[in-house]
Formats: sequence, C-alpha cells, structure tokens
Amino acid sequence: MAERQLPWSIHENPSLDQWVDFSQHGVARVFSAKVELGQGIVTAVAQIAAEELRLPISQVVLISGDTRYCPNESYTVGSMSIEIGGMSVRMACAEARHAIAEQAAHLLQAEQARIAVDGGLVLLDGKPSGLDYWQVAAHVDWKRPVTGAIAFTPPQKYIGRSVPRLDLLSKLAGNGFIHDLEMPGMLHGRVLRPPSYGARLELLDRTRAEALPGLVSIWCSGDFVGVCCEREYQAVKALEALRAGARWLESETAQDNRSWKELLPSLRSIDSEAEVGARPASAAAPRRVSAAYSKPPLAHASMAPSCAIARFDEDRLTVWTHSQGVFPLRDALAVGLGLKRERIAVIHVQGAGVYGHNGADDAALDAALLARQVPGRPVRVQWMRDDEFAWSPLGSPMVVKMEGAIAPAGQIAEWTAEIWSGPHGRRPSRGAVNLLGASHIDPPIPFPEAYEMLGAFAGGARNSEPAYDLPHRRVVLHSLPGLPFRTSSLRTLGGYANVFATESFIDELALAAGADPVEFRVRHLSDPRARQVIETAARLSDWQADAERGTGRAKGIGFCRYKNTAAYVAVVTEIEVRTEPQVTRAWCAVDAGLAINPDGVINQIEGGIVQSISWTLKEEAGFDGCRVTTRNWDAYRILRFSEAPELTVELIQRPECPPLGVGEAAQGPAAAAVANAVARALDLRIRDLPITRERIIAATTA
Amino acid sequence: MVSTKHILRVNDKRYEVVVDYEDTPLLYVLRNDLGLKGTRFGCGQGNCGACAVLIDGRAQRSCELPVWSVEGKSIMTIEGLGANDQLHPLQQAFVDFQAGQCGYCLSGIIMTAVELVEAGGEPSRPKIVEALERNLCRCGAHARIIGAIEAAWRKRKEGRRG
Repeated sequence: MAERQLPWSIHENPSLDQWVDFSQHGVARVFSAKVELGQGIVTAVAQIAAEELRLPISQVVLISGDTRYCPNESYTVGSMSIEIGGMSVRMACAEARHAIAEQAAHLLQAEQARIAVDGGLVLLDGKPSGLDYWQVAAHVDWKRPVTGAIAFTPPQKYIGRSVPRLDLLSKLAGNGFIHDLEMPGMLHGRVLRPPSYGARLELLDRTRAEALPGLVSIWCSGDFVGVCCEREYQAVKALEALRAGARWLESETAQDNRSWKELLPSLRSIDSEAEVGARPASAAAPRRVSAAYSKPPLAHASMAPSCAIARFDEDRLTVWTHSQGVFPLRDALAVGLGLKRERIAVIHVQGAGVYGHNGADDAALDAALLARQVPGRPVRVQWMRDDEFAWSPLGSPMVVKMEGAIAPAGQIAEWTAEIWSGPHGRRPSRGAVNLLGASHIDPPIPFPEAYEMLGAFAGGARNSEPAYDLPHRRVVLHSLPGLPFRTSSLRTLGGYANVFATESFIDELALAAGADPVEFRVRHLSDPRARQVIETAARLSDWQADAERGTGRAKGIGFCRYKNTAAYVAVVTEIEVRTEPQVTRAWCAVDAGLAINPDGVINQIEGGIVQSISWTLKEEAGFDGCRVTTRNWDAYRILRFSEAPELTVELIQRPECPPLGVGEAAQGPAAAAVANAVARALDLRIRDLPITRERIIAATTA
Repeated sequence: MVSTKHILRVNDKRYEVVVDYEDTPLLYVLRNDLGLKGTRFGCGQGNCGACAVLIDGRAQRSCELPVWSVEGKSIMTIEGLGANDQLHPLQQAFVDFQAGQCGYCLSGIIMTAVELVEAGGEPSRPKIVEALERNLCRCGAHARIIGAIEAAWRKRKEGRRG
C-alpha cells in the first residue's frame, strides 16, 4: 500500500517506542502530548488506540502531557488534536499491532498470513496460539520507525462509536482536577499581582503578613511578591496583608473613550497583504457594498482559577500544570528560571475548561519561583478570581472592514477584507518566555513585541479567506504590536471575528443582490460538503426564504469551514428581541469527516455554539487605559442557563474521509447566525459586538 | 488571633476541625481538612456556584459560609450524594446525557439540583432554569445539563409513585 504522508507529530517523534509500550503486562501504555481540556480528547485517543491495537479500551492506559514519557507534540491547539495527534497515535498503534504479528510469526515459525492478533492474544489459523501481545512484545525491537505504511484496522468496536467520556465519572463524584492534588508536605502559595500593567512596586511593608499564623516564606523580586503558608486560607489572609502593605506606582494612561473602530486603525501597525484574481472594472460590478465590523477583547473566563504545583529536589524541578503544552512550557521555564531543561519535568493534570492561552503557564512559573525558596516541599499556587480575569491574556479586539461588488448576474465579483488585530499567538516557548511572573521579577524578562504576517500562523487573519468561489479576493492584515494589554490565543484566534464579519457581509451582499441568504451562499459554493451543511441546517430549522424582516423575531444563518481545512459547520439561530436579544433555538449541521466519537463531536459543537452566543450577545473585557476593569463574574457577564438556547445538531457522517477538528468550528458561524438573525428581526444591522440591548437602542436612534 | 475548634456534621459523619481564622469559609475546610475535593473553588465570591453544598437540605455556597455558621447543621457534599460504584440518580443522569465538558461546574450544579429534585413536585424546565440561574457553565453544556436534571427528576417522581 502507498505510504501515507506522515503527520507532523510522527515526523518529530519517529520511533515507535515513543508512542507505545507493552512492558507492563496486560496493558498497552500509549503516549500522547495532546491533553484533556474538557474537549474529550483523552477518550477519543484511547478509542483510536484500542481499535488499532485490537484491545479492550480498559487495557489501554493513555499517558498524556508528561515530558518524562510523551512525544514532544508541542501544544494542544488549533482543533488539530484528532487530525494530527489522534492520527499519529493511530499510525503508531497500527505499526505496533503489525510489529507484534510479525514477531509472532517468527516465534511460531509460521507464515505471516496464518497469524492474527486480537484482544491481546496471538491467533494461529484463527485459534489461540498460546502467545499473548506481551510475550511477543518482549522480543520486538521497538526502536523502529513509524512508517505510516501499515493499513488501519477496519473500525469495529471503538472508532465511530459514542464511547462515554472516560474522565467524567471521577469529576462527578469527587477528584479529577489539578486543584484537587494533595502531596506530602505541600505548602500553599499566593502571588500579589500589581494593580495594572506597568505598575511598579514602590514599597512593601511585610510586618503584618509576617505576624500571621502559618507563614513560611515571603519572596519578593522586582514587582513580584509571593507568599507560602502551611494552610491555604492562611495564604489567602497573608496575601490580603501583603496587599495592604504594598504601595504601587501606576502609570498614568489617559482613558481612551474611542470605539475599537476608531482606536485600532489609529495604532502603529505592521501590514501584509495578499490578492488573488483581478479586480473587475467598476462597470462590470456596479453594485458596491462596504461595511466595518468590530469585536472587543474577550476573557477566557475559565470556571477555575489557574493552578499549579511545583517542587524542587536539589537541582531538579517537577511541575504539575494544566498547560496546553508541557514541552514548550518546560522550555520557557528553563529560560525563566535559568535551569537546564533536562532537569525539569512538566506533568499535565486536568484543569477546568481552557479555551486557549490563559494563566495556566503563568501559574506554573509562579509555583516554581515560590518552590525554589522552600526546596523539597511542593508548593501549590492557585490564582484568585480577580487575577484570573485581570492577568490571563485576553482575546484581541479586532476591526474588520469589508468591501465587495456584485456583478449584474448576482455573483460576487470583488472581495476585500481589511483586518486590524493584536497578536493571537504569544504562548510561552524557548524563544519567547512570555510568562507573567518572569516579566515582574528582577531582572525581568519582558514580553517581547509580537506581531503577525499573513500566512499559516497569522491568527488575526484566520478564516479571512472564505470558502466561497470568488473571482477576486484581497486580504490586508494590520497587525498591532502595541496594544496596551496582553493578548494571546483564545479559541478560534481571529476566526471568530473574521467569520462574524465575512458571514455578516455575505448577508449584506445577499440583501443588495435581492437574494435569500441560504441560496446566495449555495450559489457561491462549488464544494459539495459546504453546500450540504448549509442545506441541512436550513432544512433542520425550516428556513423560509421569504420570511418577513423587522418582526422582532427571525432566523439567521452562518457558515464556515474552520481554517478552510477543519470541519464544515453551518448554524441557524432564531432570535427574539424583547428587552434583551435572546437566542431561543439553534440548529447546526456539521461535517467532521470520520467522527471518532460522534457524541463527542456533537458535544463540542453544542458547546462551541453556546460559548459563541455568550461572546456575541454579552461579553466584553473592560480596560480603562490602565487596569483591566472586568475582574469578577458580575462585571464580566456570560450566558446563563435562562439564556441558553435549545439545540439541534446533525452530524453528517463521512467514515471514508479523514477526521476533521471541531473544537473551534462552530463559534464563527454561530456568531454570524446571531448577527444575521438580529439584522432580519430588526431590519437593522448591528456590526459591533457584543450585540446588547444598549447597542440596539443606540443603532435604532442613530 | 486564636485558633478555634468547630464540630461539623458532613455526609453523616462527625468531624472536629481547628481553624486559624473564625471566618474561614466552609469550602477550605471541606477541601483541605476533610479531603472532600468534590466541592470546587470557582470564584470565592458566591457568583459562580461551583462550591454549592447542601446545608440542612438547602443548596448554599460554601465559599461564603464561615465555618462557625454551619456548626450543628447537616452538611452534604457531592461525595455524600454518591460514589463511583453507587451513583445518585442525578449523577447517573449526567453520565447518561454526557452532560459536561470540563466538568468543573458540575458538582455545584448537581448539589443545586438535588434540592429541587428531592422536593418532588412536577418536573419542570422553567423551574430547573430558575434554580440554576446563579450557576455558571463556561463550556456551553447548558442544554445537556438541563436535560439530565429533568430526566433524573422524572425518574425520581416515577420511582416515588411506583
């Protein structure tokens, strides 16, 4: 059979023993650096391994995100965990199954064709041979390359089945999170953060804190102040005492009342541009439409504050973290602490849902800095809620200006997207430490200036090239390195704002062309899979092309293929605008190729839709020019149970196609579906997020 | 500052705990002194519901309750509701519906729902939504969570009748 192209993870980690191990009798240990973030990856990867190894899933032990054992697969990001991480495990497990069968043939001195492996046993002519996987495995040289040439086993038991989440039960009945770890001699640490970006510590009076019970150490370096206590609430109280004793010099930044649309284009930018096809003569496409859209900064707003545990044993450091990338974090910690990375072990333990680069990595450095003061004792650092809101990187504000022209026949003839965005990719690495504590200690390792250029890694331009057939298309990215707050990866990066803008704009073009939004989209799509999700979502929602506008209640549609390479998703939402705009129902069609775990895919899509509705109708991180002002759940409002819509998700199964990532596939389409439904319900287009009651009133009276 | 001793009744067991501060929230005592990690710290401000436990049968936020205030009361945490081998019908319904993604909010939501379901009455989605109005979920599992609670409530009602 023809060799498959090797996934990046295999390319970087080519040896079979980096992926699978049979040294413990009765189980196959499978190693993956892709970690559980609440998305169900651990279950899906275990399903893949069990299927390919032809073992019961209970005999597969998945070890994920541990620098001591796992292949270096960098981060768990970009909806690529199944596409790349999962497929790497599949390839490796197929190779392992083959290696065992091959060695078994040799041991039994039988022709290969007479050998089969199943359920941990080696079969000869279909009967037990007396050998099991582990007896044979002892004779296999596992230091062999994963070739990618072994045929996958036809899915029978696990792949394509809705296996229940392996991690859910423990979370429903007790432990399950990094926050729950207990270790002998463990101390509790807290870090006193500055009140704002750029604030300098002028004075620290420790007297009150030093008199408190349980105090073990106070460590101060530059603008970093940390405390360790025997018990957790002692540390909380010591933090309060330190806060009362600290005097900060805050930079005077004048409050800027300009909107994002006014502010972002006025900032220094690094520009890149791409154009495909020729712009038509103006007579050939006489109907011109333009519109500008904006999205505010968003908070991760994880349910749990970031948490980490670290322990120094002589010159060795062990860190337990809920980071999305144990290997890059290890690199950044090595630089930040001045340690050799070989002396650092980073171990992933599940945290609450992570939606990108939040405070997880920063908390790991916090714990390590404090643990260095108390060698031999584990230090657990848990952030306070206001720190989580104030210091986790934000999703960047964005402005997207669209310009288009329609030919007389009703086809889009010209398409320009001009984007202003802060950076979306500032995760820690060896080259750029990017850890909060490192930027506060003395000497500091400041956050390096970050910007993006068009190309695969330009998060700000993600999904700015729509999947539609366009004879002309131009994208301009103005990357803004000088935003006054920290921005980094938040689920979809720029994809959410770009799909909100392009799909709102498609509706605006359809309106100008006098076309139905569903028909207009299908008209511009030659990819049958794209057409099918749109037509399916329309059918599910009982879409009416001639629905009246301006009745206060309407449906809207949004579509996207995330990154133009991941899953196809179309969402229809129904909006009711009474006092507040509310999504009452949402219908969705998703094509994720081969769905390893269909219910897992549907669960991810449901969550993506609801989180996006929350972003779209409610969320905006506040910044007063100096401080982040949205520091608790009262100030940073998210969707509540009374505001959550009923959901219908239809999965279009394509077992013959490779699996496609879904974790970030629904957010853009859902946002556009909401905006388009509001536009039809009110006969009024809102182009600035979030679409709140206040925005609607302002637009109505404008 | 004088450390104080408190006697608590948690999941039908008697505990004696010593705290350094009288205002120590019950949450810290449950998690760190009694090892009951199923009750989660979310915000420490009573805004998210991740730390909900039952106090004399009523769902309350343990991050806001000073330990002295719950002396002599009956405290129940998710561990008292059911364990892996013997799940409460609500926990089982959450497994059946795969209601959750990261799962961090779930124990607080389940403890809030226990009060509702145990009170009996006719299963009602509006009542579930009302009961959960002060509970947050960030992953967007709302629809499944509501579905799971409704199913458990229905089952509970049928069980009583039968």
